[in-house]
Amino acid sequence: MTAIAQYVKSLFLKELFQGMAVTLRHMFGHKITVQYPEERTPQSNRFRGLHALRRYPNGEERCIACKLCEAACPALAITIESAERDDGSRRTTRYDIDLLKCIFCGYCEEACPVDAIVLTRIFDYHGEKRSDLYYTKQMLLAVGDKNEAQIARDRQQDAAYR
Amino acid sequence: MLHQTVQSMFGPGAPLVWALLGIVGIILPLLLCVAYLTFWERKVLGWMQVRIGPNRVGPWGLLQPIADGLKLVFKEIIVPAKANSGLYIIGPAMAFATALAAWAVVPFADGYVVADIDAGVLYLLAMTSMGIYGVIISGWASNSKYAFFGAMRSAAQMVSYEIAMGLALICVLMVSASLNISEIVHGQARGYFAAHGAGILSWNWLPLLPMFVVYLISGLAETNRAPFDVVEGESEIVAGHMVEYSGMAYALFFLAEYANMILVATMTSIFFLGGWLSPVGFLPDGFPWLAGKACFVVFLFLWFRATFPRYRYDQIMRLGWKVFVPLCLVWMLVVGVWMMSPANIWK
Repeated sequence: MTAIAQYVKSLFLKELFQGMAVTLRHMFGHKITVQYPEERTPQSNRFRGLHALRRYPNGEERCIACKLCEAACPALAITIESAERDDGSRRTTRYDIDLLKCIFCGYCEEACPVDAIVLTRIFDYHGEKRSDLYYTKQMLLAVGDKNEAQIARDRQQDAAYR
Repeated sequence: MLHQTVQSMFGPGAPLVWALLGIVGIILPLLLCVAYLTFWERKVLGWMQVRIGPNRVGPWGLLQPIADGLKLVFKEIIVPAKANSGLYIIGPAMAFATALAAWAVVPFADGYVVADIDAGVLYLLAMTSMGIYGVIISGWASNSKYAFFGAMRSAAQMVSYEIAMGLALICVLMVSASLNISEIVHGQARGYFAAHGAGILSWNWLPLLPMFVVYLISGLAETNRAPFDVVEGESEIVAGHMVEYSGMAYALFFLAEYANMILVATMTSIFFLGGWLSPVGFLPDGFPWLAGKACFVVFLFLWFRATFPRYRYDQIMRLGWKVFVPLCLVWMLVVGVWMMSPANIWK
């Protein structure tokens, strides 16, 4: 009996019509496409995008050249050189991140004792040659200066869970 | 009016000029339809996959096919070093030329046909069969494994479904008693149902319903459309016979495929859906009906593509030889007996 039912089912292409009903329903259904440059998906405040170096409100850079981020980095993307500044404090003379090596794991941010290196929400940056994606200290500080408000807000929001 | 102008301008050469005008009058709109069919396909597939589809180039993305065409025109046509260059160039041209040549016998409305010949159906079958040569030649001439596999698959598939298609058409020929395509359409306006005022029921799709399904599915296989697209199955053999082609040569295969799609849709409308006949009595017959029916069948093709997964090669062969061919043979017998019996509805 089941064999006959099966035969009748296949003869009248029942399941094919069911499948077509599904696609037809979707054709007139709501579309989930996000039209990117105009529309964006919501982002978490923990989003790990482009790196930035932060400063204190008085303009002093946070980084104390402890090199914990360099040690934590699994991709060896960070290169730091440090020297003593005139006022006796230890500061970086070089802080480079090779974004082509970076895997955006966020370990550098976790390792940092002074919240100097952070990952921002910026994900749509580009470089036209490889060297464009080799970010130096000045470039990282510039990213930080430009987005400090957003960075601070995101850290504030997350502070309770740290 | 136009006829007289042509006559006075070209004198004895007028029939030739007239034929050329007819050809241009068909091919130009056809190419435009092909271009926008690719756009429509991407839109429909997008909608059915809960996407929007192309909408960036021009208003509502309407210039997308133009942009695609321009891109392909400006690309280099690369001939592989070990390819047979003569055949390599002829391949796409053959595929495309046959796809266009078949339109000569397609009646767009009563009397509107370039060549109103009595063996129209034969010519049509011959032309669609010739299209296979373009595919096989290009696959062979490319001198590449994947292209060759694609060509072999398409040869086997198209030849198998040609048979089912031909047998399905034989039933149509039996009931309309003519090989002239216009006459086949006229035949669908006669019969028991038409005499009782229900013309739509006397079209061949209902009395010959199994043949309608066989023809539609065979047409799908014949044009290498999903779910019968093993010929160019992307996940298996990259792009089949077109894998070595680039630029406009590649585009010619696409134009041929889509022109064939429109052709098969139009032929399905003519053979089974009453061609240019109006489904309701109070509206006049005419070309818009044929266009509407063809659009519907083309939409079915896109709908199938969005819905069904690709057939495996042996399943395609099984469907063609073990299901369609016997079904057609049996139905031929049934129609024969039906026509001889008192219940004949085609008188």
